[in-house]
Amino acid sequence: MSKLVASIKEAIEQCGLKDGMTISFHHHMRNGDYVLNMVMEAIAEMGFKNLTVNASSVFDVHEPIIDHIKNGVVTGIECNYMGGKVGKAISEGLMDKPVIFRSHGGRASDMEKGTSVIDIAFIAAPTSDDMGNCTGKFGKSACGSIGYAFADAMNAKKVVVITDNLVEYPLVDFSIPEVYVDCVVAVDQIGNPAGIVSGTTKITRDPVGLKMASYAAKVIEASGLLKDGFSFQTGAGGATLAAAKYIKEMMLEKGIQGSFGMGGITGYMVDMLNEGCFKALLDVQCFDLKAVESIRSNPKHMEVSATQYAGVSGKSAGVDSLDVVLLGATQVDLDFNVNVHTDSNGYIMGGSGGHCDTAAGSKLSIIIAPLTRARLPLVVDRCLCISTPGSTVDVVVTQRGIAVNTAGGKNVELKEKLKEAKLPVVEIADLKRMAEEIAGVPKPVQMSDKVVANVIYRDGTLLDVIHAVK
Amino acid sequence: MRRSMLFIPGNTPNLLMNGDVLGADSIILDLEDAVSPAEKDSARILVRNALKSLHYKGCEIIIRINPVDTEYWMHDLDEIIPLKPNMIMPPKVSCAQDVKTVSDYIAKLEEKCGFEKNTVKLIPLIETAMGIENAFQIAGADERVAAMFLGGEDLTADLRCKRTKEGTEIFYARTRMVCAARACGVDVYDTPFTDVDDIEGLYKDAAFAKGLGFSGKASISPRHVEGINEVFSPTQAEIDYAHEVMETIRIAKEQGKGVVSLRGKMIDAPIVARAQQVIEMERAMFGGVEDDE
Amino acid sequence: MNIKTSAVAGTLESSDVYVKVEPCDQLEIEIESVVYNQFAEQIKKSVMEVVEEQGVTTGKISVNDKGAIDCVIKARVETAIKRAGGDK
Repeated sequence: MSKLVASIKEAIEQCGLKDGMTISFHHHMRNGDYVLNMVMEAIAEMGFKNLTVNASSVFDVHEPIIDHIKNGVVTGIECNYMGGKVGKAISEGLMDKPVIFRSHGGRASDMEKGTSVIDIAFIAAPTSDDMGNCTGKFGKSACGSIGYAFADAMNAKKVVVITDNLVEYPLVDFSIPEVYVDCVVAVDQIGNPAGIVSGTTKITRDPVGLKMASYAAKVIEASGLLKDGFSFQTGAGGATLAAAKYIKEMMLEKGIQGSFGMGGITGYMVDMLNEGCFKALLDVQCFDLKAVESIRSNPKHMEVSATQYAGVSGKSAGVDSLDVVLLGATQVDLDFNVNVHTDSNGYIMGGSGGHCDTAAGSKLSIIIAPLTRARLPLVVDRCLCISTPGSTVDVVVTQRGIAVNTAGGKNVELKEKLKEAKLPVVEIADLKRMAEEIAGVPKPVQMSDKVVANVIYRDGTLLDVIHAVK
Repeated sequence: MRRSMLFIPGNTPNLLMNGDVLGADSIILDLEDAVSPAEKDSARILVRNALKSLHYKGCEIIIRINPVDTEYWMHDLDEIIPLKPNMIMPPKVSCAQDVKTVSDYIAKLEEKCGFEKNTVKLIPLIETAMGIENAFQIAGADERVAAMFLGGEDLTADLRCKRTKEGTEIFYARTRMVCAARACGVDVYDTPFTDVDDIEGLYKDAAFAKGLGFSGKASISPRHVEGINEVFSPTQAEIDYAHEVMETIRIAKEQGKGVVSLRGKMIDAPIVARAQQVIEMERAMFGGVEDDE
Repeated sequence: MNIKTSAVAGTLESSDVYVKVEPCDQLEIEIESVVYNQFAEQIKKSVMEVVEEQGVTTGKISVNDKGAIDCVIKARVETAIKRAGGDK
């Protein structure tokens, strides 16, 4: 018996796709993905209409989806992140139905709860056998962890595995087992390796970014959390990644044995694991080749599903045990609400990803961002979109000052400790004022009345809406 | 307190806006090597505007103007002096006359602006063989000279040798600068370290310079600033000793004693001066420390 | 002063502004900016302040702004005007 079918079209037929159904994709191929476009092209050619695409992330490489929307093939999108190209089209009102934005944890949990129903899941798998045991760890298009694909595989009504590296049954060291898979398709390339993972992730050389990173590391030190058993998560670039370098130096200097590093994993986190800073890595996504090589060969570097990483539908999740998370932001308002969905003009160019999940679960969530970006201030009266509620955000670090969220009486001791450590502690309103003194007061941006996206919080409730640009 | 000086290109708005948050005690807004001849006018107008509108908090402002043998230096001073920078750094200073030329022109501008004479200080940049030989005359050339700065890159070109990490080729120049500066009672600053990525090497180089008697060190890379600050900050032991010295002096005064010793060493004026300097640095670094007089 | 020749100043780097000054039979200001929605008025005000300071009566000033703050805009406009030169 074999589940191998000759083509994507055959798989689509076999799985019984109908107009109006919801199909899903994961984004582990990132901006090198070919699968979403290939499947959508086949679906369009076959004449289907009115589909909802639930992709964990929509990248610029998925630009062809704009035409599918124009042609009525796709009438709904659900995702956790949307890049600027498709984002611009959506912000300009391309689609009638609002996009549904969730977080990484929320998407998986909604699938598990049954709130989000997937008719057919298409799983791009760097390696698979002909029964559908598959993984991201091996193959010419290896991407490492396929954490975002588990919920799709386990909850969709039908599951199609698409691979460019078909191996003999059984695949040794599979991630997704055959029990969930309906059919398998072999293609030439599931993605462009250069776009899937970067060769090496480099930390920023920008002196302002390094300054913020150094402040963030000092905040963590002053918090008292940097001791044996320490766990943390950080971003894949910019100042957040640079902070990892400073934290590693502190840990090595003080001989601190942390417990785990988590998140999107880069070579930097792998170095920390190998140098004894952590006992383990919980990996939901690999960002570079070093991370892919590590997850392949080091049992302490473990693949986790989105639910285990950040979901609310499991009995617990990694974020609940996390000490510190470092995050970015486009905007922060006076209540510490954070916007990572739009730019300062209201154009969609991002999404929560794991932002609100990690902010909610971690003991200390730190936003690192420059006071202004090309004249536009970080701190505003009201965010154009609330991606993460201020109640889960503890500290905002800029190059000119550090604000601590003491609303509701929390973090008061932390604020004192930061002052004692001679860090430049200011009020969040001061950050707004400083930016205005340097760059002037921006005119508030007018948005249209049309709602183009609903932002669903990790617990399933509506957090905010995004309007079309005028 | 001036442990570190960081060069900031004068024609780059992004860097000018953030110059004061990079941790250096002084920033050198550069109108010379960082700016192409075609953009000299642009840079000086930009720096003038930046000084007017941006509040560079917590750091000293030094402007590196163009050399006296160019057409630019007077225009540089015309634009900048009215904004009262702390110091002017004339590059390629080779003799006392170079200092006088610049100082006299600044004096004219100070008068025109109604500033007190010698409000703006000079920190000549010595980067030629002639300049090194004339270091003593330069340091003492004018009241306005508050410090001297060694430029290793250009100097080695003039010496016809290679600039290295180890710095053997600039050893004489370094010690000569320190002697000349101290003989005239002014501060002296070491040349930037050559390797941006070698932080360990930077620490070694800075420590070596401190050991020779330099007051501090310049850098072109923000990544070197923290290391330079650390090396040129007094250690806790030095701070404790400084307080001990001042306490000893205080007690001696009370007891009407003229000459005092501490740990077998006589406490004379230079030691007291040094102790006061250290305590001032401690105050600048940590703020609000008890006054020892 | 009437602008007599063309001149440029500044760059298209982030936080900078590229300014072009050309002769024109009236005073024309053209503004393009990455932060147009938020700062169009401020940018125009900064340009006009320098135009008035420098005594420019005719000329076309085109500004391609990448988020420069006021003092930078004014510096670049002043530089371009001075480079262009003119007659009274």
